[in-house]
Amino acid sequence: MSDVAVIGFAEAPNVRSTDGTTNGVEMLVPIFREVFEQTGLTKSDVGFWCSGSSDYLAGRAFSFVSAVDAIGAFPPVMESHVEMDGAFALYEAWVKVLTGEADIALAYGFGKSSAGDLRRVLALQLDPYLMAPLWPDSVAVAALQARLGLDQGLWTERAMAEVAVRSRAAAMSNARAQLSGQVSAEELLAAPMLADPLRAHDCAPVTDGAAVVIIAAADRARELCERPAWISGFEHRIDSGQLGARDLTRSASAAAAGTAAAAGAVGAAGAVGVDVAELHAPFTHQELILRDALGLAEPVLVNPSGGALAGNPLFAAGLARIGHAARQIISGAADRALGHATSGPALQQNLVCVMEAR
Amino acid sequence: MTEPAAAPLSAPLSAPLSAPLEISFDYTRSLGPVLSQFMTGLAERTILGSRGGDGRVYVPPAEYDPVTFAPPADLVPVGPAGTVLTWSWQPEPREGQPLRHPFAWALIRLDGADTAMLHAVDAGCAARMSTGMRVRPRWAAERRGHICDIECFEPEADGPVLTGNGQQAASQSAGVPGMDGRPVTMMTTPVRLHYQHTASAEESRYLRALQAGKLIGQRCPACGKVYIPPRGACPVDGVPTATDVELPDTGIVTTFCVVNVPFHGQRIPSPYLAAQVLLDGADIAFQHLILGCEPDEVRMGMRVRAVWKPAAEWGTTAENISHFEPTGEPDAPYDSYARHL
Amino acid sequence: MSDTLAQPSSGRHSSRAEHRRAAVLGAGQTHHRSKRPDVSIAGLCREAVDRALADAGLGLGDIDAVVVGKAPDLFEGVMMPELYLADALGATGKPLLRVHTAGSVGGATGVVAASLVQAGLHRRVLAVAFEKQSESNAMWALSIMPPFSMPLLAGAGGYFAPHIRSYIRRSGAPAHIGALVAVKDRRNGARNPYAHLRQPDITLESVQASPMLWDPVRYDETCPSSDGACAVVIGDQAAAEASARPVAWIRATSMRTEPTMFAGKDNVNPRAGADAAAALWARAGISSPIDEIDVAEIYVPFSWFEPMWLENLGFAAAGDGWKLTQAGETEIGGRIPVNPSGGVLCSNPIGASGLLRFAESAMQVMGTAGEHQVPGAKTALGHAYGGGSQYFSMWVVADSPD
Repeated sequence: MSDVAVIGFAEAPNVRSTDGTTNGVEMLVPIFREVFEQTGLTKSDVGFWCSGSSDYLAGRAFSFVSAVDAIGAFPPVMESHVEMDGAFALYEAWVKVLTGEADIALAYGFGKSSAGDLRRVLALQLDPYLMAPLWPDSVAVAALQARLGLDQGLWTERAMAEVAVRSRAAAMSNARAQLSGQVSAEELLAAPMLADPLRAHDCAPVTDGAAVVIIAAADRARELCERPAWISGFEHRIDSGQLGARDLTRSASAAAAGTAAAAGAVGAAGAVGVDVAELHAPFTHQELILRDALGLAEPVLVNPSGGALAGNPLFAAGLARIGHAARQIISGAADRALGHATSGPALQQNLVCVMEAR
Repeated sequence: MTEPAAAPLSAPLSAPLSAPLEISFDYTRSLGPVLSQFMTGLAERTILGSRGGDGRVYVPPAEYDPVTFAPPADLVPVGPAGTVLTWSWQPEPREGQPLRHPFAWALIRLDGADTAMLHAVDAGCAARMSTGMRVRPRWAAERRGHICDIECFEPEADGPVLTGNGQQAASQSAGVPGMDGRPVTMMTTPVRLHYQHTASAEESRYLRALQAGKLIGQRCPACGKVYIPPRGACPVDGVPTATDVELPDTGIVTTFCVVNVPFHGQRIPSPYLAAQVLLDGADIAFQHLILGCEPDEVRMGMRVRAVWKPAAEWGTTAENISHFEPTGEPDAPYDSYARHL
Repeated sequence: MSDTLAQPSSGRHSSRAEHRRAAVLGAGQTHHRSKRPDVSIAGLCREAVDRALADAGLGLGDIDAVVVGKAPDLFEGVMMPELYLADALGATGKPLLRVHTAGSVGGATGVVAASLVQAGLHRRVLAVAFEKQSESNAMWALSIMPPFSMPLLAGAGGYFAPHIRSYIRRSGAPAHIGALVAVKDRRNGARNPYAHLRQPDITLESVQASPMLWDPVRYDETCPSSDGACAVVIGDQAAAEASARPVAWIRATSMRTEPTMFAGKDNVNPRAGADAAAALWARAGISSPIDEIDVAEIYVPFSWFEPMWLENLGFAAAGDGWKLTQAGETEIGGRIPVNPSGGVLCSNPIGASGLLRFAESAMQVMGTAGEHQVPGAKTALGHAYGGGSQYFSMWVVADSPD
């Protein structure tokens, strides 16, 4: 397998609502410019493009076709699209570089979550015969998962609140974050329930945003980036869609992806051998599930960006986690880092990208 | 052809225009053998589970076993009562949900089942909910073979069922009213979602100009091409277009088709003639209606002008132009527009 | 990854992996119909998956990863249906990707699945593409007009018919060429037991007498709306060599995209399609497609797209594609048989239509196409396009690896 590294990352400001279109162009044009400035590349250097977005988020069939306007896709480009988080677009891009068909690949994800009623829209991810017709909203489903762990003593409401406290504090150093600040667990726990047992601080905010990551094959990566974030493991797995048939307090797919992704890494700061992890956990208890599944214990730094609780632009947030993790390596702050993305209700699908300095 | 007037971007950009967009369709779902039995059972007030390869009983039934991926060998009756494994509270019910007043969502393991099903529990208030509580289905008065035939679950502690929808009696009732005992094979699921559609800043300028009876395109700073409607970015160069260009309301038909087919959601009754209209001075055509002549008189290269609706009816929409009609001028030579096809 | 696996870096491409071989081990499809009321979405997919696995002599346990393709989620009213389908596709516990590149998605699904093998990541990958269009109405889903715009959209036919008129004008093709394609494809479809429309008795006269839907496109020159699915198992060299059955070696794949609309776009002969084809032929070592390709499964949703794509793909010079059609060279037995399966004109489960082209091309070189087999086919093209003629995906398969 050839060496591939993340060499650039940019994300749009995470905001509650933009006045841009659902095709993402307004958010993508500036971050494409930013990532090209970082790397010294131009669009003609990119051998493969891949995007992640959702028609249902936009409320329109083929909503992604106009996004390629942001590329300026003429002369034509080698390009693909996944109806998934941009992290999976990055995976497809990585595969393309591994085949040798591209030296440099760019993955992007975008989502205008504010265009529709997100909690209702996401109900359509559930089984279309047995669950979606009841319109269970996405927060309610996550709340079912949270209570299972509370009842079993796997976590507490305080532990959940402390996840939010850490997220907001960390996000104070992330200029693009939506939610940040110094708060105490006591303050958070004094707030009313949003969807018992979840309070507002347990849930990621509704966020509009976009993210872009550039990867390059070995020699190009060294040429373009002083300290590339070499991808040592990139894996994803999915669990059953039958919500009531799997153990929601654990994430089998995250654990399997983490184990497989760690197989390529050297060193051992944690079970997957990383100094820092960026987890795509849209709910506080999901960060706890993921820490457990991925074997992330002290002293691994989790979510220095604030994570999804500080801003969760759907279809871009997972890619942004990988970007933030890579940035830790590129900046010299970490030697090994993990980026994670999730998809589907209650952490159904999980992706892990382990990167390292060399 | 007239030379288009170029105007600098002077007026401050107003907020982009936006308007509601509803996506609404009643989806018709065919069920296949496993779900058909399950839904038919619901219509008869019976709940069926599937026996998986590992011996576990899945409720609701698994069309394909999560472990062996095989279809189930058989379906077995379970419940109808069960135990709440976990729950969450819905203080403000949302559109389409089972109950109009506050209720709980729960994963409920029915008696005899190994997995849990998701449904609503009508407990009145969160204080009456607890993990491990016993619940039983409340059947809808009219059932059609749908997951909503279970209106919700209710606490067993609420006492005996008063409606006469006795669970045990139900499974013996022959057939389903109005269904002549035939199995349920289809279900209908309405999906209604509400969005706020936003036009790009550039398109909003064009739409506001339309409201004033003007056609405003924009020129790409990189390639110099004039786009109408202007887009968020020049599709070739990937840069926002910034310079307004006012265009005349005359142009040519580059190509066209006659739409004869009626369809769901159609707003202009067929037949109609939809043409690609290239305004004088523009570098890209847009689609609009051609009237004012017989459809078989419309030609590629035909000169046309806009016919505006009365100014009182103008809004921020391309529909301010009722249609285009022939000007009667000679057709543009093919070579003059061949590159726009 | 360990350093021992990395090549020493001495040149621009030195550290790249060798492009590994991949082959189609098996292909399967559903019976395509306007409505498949006998199955759920999962059951529809599984029908194709089970046939593909049986064709390959494999089980779901042999599959390492799954790639799912389908067109807009609005067609079925399910957001990312692959999540709910994980068990039905045997993907639970495995990697699963969902591709969506508009109408070309079936082709893109095949290309992504092939890439996973060519990158050396997996031994056997299952590609599944489907559409259950009867759950809603494709014309509705494709004609939703956002606020502020002229409500003129009239489905794919309304979009493409003007460009067909442009082709006719530009090429000077006789008016009956589209009808000739329809007759050929529908008669071919009658030889294909899975085809949705099977019309052995169709004639030029009956096509020309059918209603004009989107002038210049007639009813009989238009693809149907179908429920259907297609699945393909792609394996690496070891898996292919271990197969007791004939396999189809993937000689090359190619994808290209351009914007939907832009100043200077050629809607008749889009550059993205021409560039994709040029890259494909170069990678497959083909210098004269018409001489070296034995059969082509090309995405032709409206009959006139056969001559248009023959030109775009380089089987004929610009403006000459219709001459191949007129001369009967695209029939089975002709110089370049196009769509012996009946193609999209006979079956169009949109998300699956591209993968069906890819699967049918593989079946031809595996010699398993049955009554619509092109005798002696050794090298075949599978092609798909989507959006406003802006997404293109294609592959070349052959009965030998080199």
